[in-house]
Amino acid sequence: MKACYIHSAVSISAQNTFETAFNLSESKPLTSRKVNANHPPYKTYIAPAALRRMATGVKMGVTAGRNALEKANITSPDAILTGTGMGCIEDTETFLNTIIVNNEAYLTPTSFIQSTHNTVGAQIALGLQCKAYNNTYVHGALSFESALLDGQLLIKTDESQSVLVGGVDELGKEFIDYTILVEDKNNGVKVPFSEGASFFVLSSEKQEKAIKLKAIKTVSNLEEKQVKMVLNQFLTENSYNPEDIDALILGCNGSIYDNYYREATNCFSESTLQLEYKHVIGEYFTASAFGLYLGFSILQEQCIPEILIKNENSKTPLKTVLLYNQFKGRDHSFILLSI
Amino acid sequence: MKKTDQNKALNTKIAITGMGIISAIGNSVPENLEALLASRSGITSISSLQTHHANTIKVGEVKLTNTQLIDILNIPKNSVFTRTALLGLYAAKQAVSSANITSVNAYKTGFISSTSVGGMDKTERHLKEFSSNRKSQKYINSHHAGDSTQKIADALGITGFVTTISTACSSAANAIMLGARLIKAGILDRVIVGGVDPLSKFTINGFKTLMILSDSDCRPFDADRTGLNLGEAAAYLVLESQDIIDKEDKKVLTYLSGYGNANDAFHQTASSENGNGAFLAMQKALKMAQLDPDEINYINAHGTATANNDLSESVAMKRVFGNSVPDFSSTKAFTGHTLAAAGAIEAVYSVLALQENVVFPNLSFKTPIATTLLHPVTTVKRKDIQNVLSNSFGFGGNCSTLIFSK
Repeated sequence: MKACYIHSAVSISAQNTFETAFNLSESKPLTSRKVNANHPPYKTYIAPAALRRMATGVKMGVTAGRNALEKANITSPDAILTGTGMGCIEDTETFLNTIIVNNEAYLTPTSFIQSTHNTVGAQIALGLQCKAYNNTYVHGALSFESALLDGQLLIKTDESQSVLVGGVDELGKEFIDYTILVEDKNNGVKVPFSEGASFFVLSSEKQEKAIKLKAIKTVSNLEEKQVKMVLNQFLTENSYNPEDIDALILGCNGSIYDNYYREATNCFSESTLQLEYKHVIGEYFTASAFGLYLGFSILQEQCIPEILIKNENSKTPLKTVLLYNQFKGRDHSFILLSI
Repeated sequence: MKKTDQNKALNTKIAITGMGIISAIGNSVPENLEALLASRSGITSISSLQTHHANTIKVGEVKLTNTQLIDILNIPKNSVFTRTALLGLYAAKQAVSSANITSVNAYKTGFISSTSVGGMDKTERHLKEFSSNRKSQKYINSHHAGDSTQKIADALGITGFVTTISTACSSAANAIMLGARLIKAGILDRVIVGGVDPLSKFTINGFKTLMILSDSDCRPFDADRTGLNLGEAAAYLVLESQDIIDKEDKKVLTYLSGYGNANDAFHQTASSENGNGAFLAMQKALKMAQLDPDEINYINAHGTATANNDLSESVAMKRVFGNSVPDFSSTKAFTGHTLAAAGAIEAVYSVLALQENVVFPNLSFKTPIATTLLHPVTTVKRKDIQNVLSNSFGFGGNCSTLIFSK
């Protein structure tokens, strides 16, 4: 099996993470319940004719995807894999509402065409004229991780030399309000709901600044008390001990299910650095792709934004990072990165 | 692993040990086979949902209502099962029992589903009352595409690797492909793979605006075809590693010997004139299966009966097979186009074709397309079948091919 490297990482998020180098020190506080991404001027990146038809998620995905390829010096990857939890919810809402308002008459196909979950992957392929393997994962908080696991598998088995992998979700205009409406006021998600796109180039080629994607494991359903066992097993399977892990990147979102992360941190000594990020970029099904962007960036830059630190430790150099994410006690993912 | 060993691993055939299906032509594998052999289409007028277009479209409907499905599946009345989850669970349970799986977690078992509409059947009904009607609010979190997959996995007791794919009408083929790759890589020992889509006003109106819905029975590959009939269905297959087969001396229905996925990179909804994506997908699958084109005995074509698909697919088939295109048919005139489920429905039919040594008929065909002059098989044809190729193509240029072998 070949080793899998991450050559580039790009993120459009609620913070200014796209057009600047990795720097979260000037993060703006997120104050409302819903927060839009800090959108770059898309017309700089996408031709006007194509841009006109694109919803927010497609713009974010296509722009982040292309930028990730550019940074990795790849013109056409061997695979394009995207993950999205809610898919193209903006166009879905548009088409649904016209069906309802016009009572199934006088409809135009544009929003229907753009509403399918694979639109981002398709638009990236179309833009690059890339006929390679193309797949889209739509499994809640494991949408991105499923794509990443597929990409890693392609590299490990030597089926592909370079793979574009990304996670993208847009906030939309209507459905998100219903989601917020039924969110438990006391025990539910406390960080704002948001949107974003994070894209990566995976490669079999060893490069000086590349970060190794050592392992990824996803688990559909776990009880809180099983977390330690599953996590230890994951480390053992990959020949790691808990003390080898320099930093934990956790998907805490303020809900009662953050107890799962508490369970996970109990596997490690108090000196292991703990980071969280969803208070800075919000929650959405593919928010964990930002977690990977973060892991990649802190390993590459060897600097940790103060705002993310949960406990008061600083261990340098950082060599190995473990990411753990779950949503409402489901869709658990464990990812190991190293320099 | 050495490169040669690795290639060998990548080329191993994957055993199929069970399957389950519910479609317009039957609620089980035997019922589907019986209808296929009797040339009995399941296309009718729509009765399961209210639509303005009821008089101008025909569909392939599953005749069981949600209430009936809930009863049969023994699901608590207050549970939040969309039609997607109900149809999916119905077919997945059949698949598991037909593979004689009694303890689902005896091996590393995964579940990979696919859907294009997710919980849309409930969303489109309740959208405008989500903010006011407490009773409808339970369907807010069942909208996303992963919800039905989670519910089916939970009901089957699968807690480990579970995911959902959505690449429009090629979704289930990609789910089958991923399952095979995870077994080859040793990540899973066993995986239940397939897809489900119910009928919805969303897709009916979507395809209507594209003007590709036929007002009569669809006629795949016919020169005078007038578009597709939408259908609803679910189908799942059980894939198992050779280790399990050996250890349990398990009966293998047939093997998945090759697969290919390529993107047409031509247009968001239309297929290219030269069928590039389809051509590449078929070529990749043949290469993996280590088969020459003339070793394919039957093609279960995508054949949606739209002007664009059938021409593009015909061109692609001619590019792969030259002037000796094997016996082929589209079974969509039986079931309608079941979108994300189509790849799994037709995988089941491909396995049946191998088991029964039969080519299923392409109904309602009269005149070949002038530019390609391809004649599908129009009546049940018995012959020795060793390898079946099945195509699934979707919006976004997603093209996938599967090859099944004895």
